[in-house]
Amino acid sequence: METALRTDALKKMFGGLAAVNGVSLECRVGSVHAVIGPNGAGKTTLINLLSGDLAPSAGRIEILGRQVSGLPPHRIAQLGVGRSYQRTNIFMGFSAFENCRLAAQSRLPSSMRFIRSASSYREINQAAEGALEVCGLETRRDVAAAALSHGERRQLEVAMTLATSPKVLLFDEPLAGMGAEEAERMVELLRKLGAAHAMLLVEHDMDAVFAIAATLTVMVDGRVLASGTPAQIRANAQVQEAYLGAADD
Amino acid sequence: MDPAIFLIQVLNGVQYGLLLFLVASGLTLIFGIMGIINLAHGSFYMLGAYLAFSLTRFIPNFWLSIVVGIALAFAVGIILEWLVMRLLYHRDHLYQVLLTYGLILIFEELRSLVWGDDVHGVPVPAALAFSIPLTDTLSYQVYRLAMSAICLAIAFGMYWLIQRTRLGMMIRAGSVNRDMVQSLGINIGLVYRLVFALGLALAALAGMLAAPVSSVYPGMGNQVLIISFVVVVIGGIGSVKGALVAALAIGLADTFGKVLAPQIAGMVVYLLMAAVLLWRPQGIFGRA
Amino acid sequence: MPRPAQILLLAVLLALAAFPLVGEKFYIQFVTKVMIMALFAMSLDLLVGYAGLVSLGHALPFGLAAYALMLMTPEYQAPGFWLSIAASMSVAAIASLVVGLLVLRTSGIYFIMVTLAFGQMAYYYVHDSKHLGGSDGKYIYVRPALEMFGWKPFDLENPAHFYYVVLALMVFVYTTIRILLASPFGRVVVAIRENEHRLRMLGYATFRYKLVCFILAGMLAGLAGWLAAAHDGLVNPEMLSWHQSGQLLMMVILGGMGTPAGPILGAAALKALELVFQGWTKHWQLLLGLFIVASVLFMPRGLAQVLEWKRRSAPTR
Repeated sequence: METALRTDALKKMFGGLAAVNGVSLECRVGSVHAVIGPNGAGKTTLINLLSGDLAPSAGRIEILGRQVSGLPPHRIAQLGVGRSYQRTNIFMGFSAFENCRLAAQSRLPSSMRFIRSASSYREINQAAEGALEVCGLETRRDVAAAALSHGERRQLEVAMTLATSPKVLLFDEPLAGMGAEEAERMVELLRKLGAAHAMLLVEHDMDAVFAIAATLTVMVDGRVLASGTPAQIRANAQVQEAYLGAADD
Repeated sequence: MDPAIFLIQVLNGVQYGLLLFLVASGLTLIFGIMGIINLAHGSFYMLGAYLAFSLTRFIPNFWLSIVVGIALAFAVGIILEWLVMRLLYHRDHLYQVLLTYGLILIFEELRSLVWGDDVHGVPVPAALAFSIPLTDTLSYQVYRLAMSAICLAIAFGMYWLIQRTRLGMMIRAGSVNRDMVQSLGINIGLVYRLVFALGLALAALAGMLAAPVSSVYPGMGNQVLIISFVVVVIGGIGSVKGALVAALAIGLADTFGKVLAPQIAGMVVYLLMAAVLLWRPQGIFGRA
Repeated sequence: MPRPAQILLLAVLLALAAFPLVGEKFYIQFVTKVMIMALFAMSLDLLVGYAGLVSLGHALPFGLAAYALMLMTPEYQAPGFWLSIAASMSVAAIASLVVGLLVLRTSGIYFIMVTLAFGQMAYYYVHDSKHLGGSDGKYIYVRPALEMFGWKPFDLENPAHFYYVVLALMVFVYTTIRILLASPFGRVVVAIRENEHRLRMLGYATFRYKLVCFILAGMLAGLAGWLAAAHDGLVNPEMLSWHQSGQLLMMVILGGMGTPAGPILGAAALKALELVFQGWTKHWQLLLGLFIVASVLFMPRGLAQVLEWKRRSAPTR
């Protein structure tokens, strides 16, 4: 299994505060690497650094063999990185299909094409349809995103990410706000995707995390507290005290 | 350039700038606090000038006319807000632009119906109708100095109102979070009404003060409005401080432009705006 | 577009095509003017109704193109149709490029104000320029000569011929805009209005799309300006004024922005109202102003709302 994503002593300062403080981790194709930790641990900042939404203060990021620290988000996206958002960030007025189609269209070398109809680009349509299908939304294809349920919108977030045919997936709390049944479906989806991509997952839902992650990294106050397999993390006393213990209460 | 002429240009530039500030401050306040863009703002400048024309014919004292004029403009502002503007708070800016554009047409025609289309003059108040000599041959009209002084006094008054009074505090709070302020028991609707009327009264006052100098004519509101927009863009929406700085800059640039480069004098103001847009699109004191 | 609407549009097109055969000269010229305004309104709707860019300075490319035609028309000699259209539209495109690079750095209320300001800048420049005719403007004594491979099918001095050329161009612009909106470019532009941030995160350089859209809209406005100048035989600074821009915006909103036929409906309705009001009183602008205020308050989605057409800018297919 190749390493698709690697960070080296990654650091992000906001003024005098280190939101991410020396984080080193690796993510391989075919396995899910979950990042967990209490609120304010720096997890979303980490994802923002990886997707290019923020530039690192120090440290390196290597994606698919390339140094990407400091590259703008659209360049990183073009390298094959797909990222979903914690707060749903979709095109509310468009159908589920159009949302994915726009995402897929971004893979064209340029969208400055004025004459041929967008719906005649078969590969783009197929990428969008495929993404919807993998996420179980094919029956909701023509429904406006605003009319979808919250869970379906979270699925659409994932579908949009998939539509760009990425090799690396960055998911920021995909299960946020979901009910039990929707969450179950999402977990299955994530498991399927994890088998075929390199996936970094930030999540609070412990059941989901322990069910699908091959590697866990626990972050507290911007640092890595512990890293290892689910069994190792469960047995780690420090982690239990700092995080898991508090979560069980 | 002769120092006396230079001084005259500076005084003219400052006077024009301060007058612009009076108009632009109302515009920027109304937008910054209530989120409303009001194209008819220039119409109130014109209304002020025509009011000055009419009132000074019946009221012998110029200053009394001004006070009456301000009161009238304020009252019209209150009515306008209650009747129409409060329906626009939650609407897209597009609709505010259109509706207030319609208001401009209405005000122009009303003006035409009431006062006709002729150009009128307003006499300078007798007490100030003299000039201070600067050199053997050049002198400066005292009335113009009085105008600048009044505008400056109002600028200080606004600062005091907004920074040091309870009303000002409510205004500042309301601009940040309307609903929160409302739930604190403050009648934000009333605050908005007062702010709107105040803004329009300022524009009218500017028109009244300017009338003896620039005369009273149809369409006088339009140019002032556009330049006021430029002031607001350069200074930053919602910033009274920005409006003052930008207005003075424009007043001086325009005045010196007319003297030094008359062919492009009209464009100087817009070139200034283009430069600010390139450097800092949100304006000098605007929030990013 | 729903079936009934398609049929209606076709019917209108046929009626327009047949009109010169039965109408009087005054009304032929009136409808020609309406069609020119409809074309102009369609160009603004591209910005307002689809890209979400509310420009209050769209009279700028319109007026500059008109003046360009005037400059290309020596006293009594007809300029070439194709050459002068190309030149006028190029002038409009360049102006839109320059202005666009500046104004697109802003958004929302700032954008409205700076487009207004630049429009007025052009107005004052033309108004104060003696060589451009100053506040009176200048006449265009001869309409351009339309020649295709040595063949002269139309004599533009003939009102009916000019009418048909305008009709053809209006249909051409309508079709062009539909094609544009269905293209990959068009889909991005429409999405910018919906969620520009997400588009950037997907890798689209949205500024470029807004700029190209702004230039295209400017070019079409230039075409309208060329036609207006040729039609009126006169150019004056009022063609660049904010009243022109404001009225145009009113047409777009009145007809229903972001709908295919909205701009056309709006142009026709507003011009018709103007004609009616002008017949009633010298102070017709008062009535127009009242109408504008009333329609913003009671009919914000425009006539298209009344006719129950769904907004085309939100594709659900």
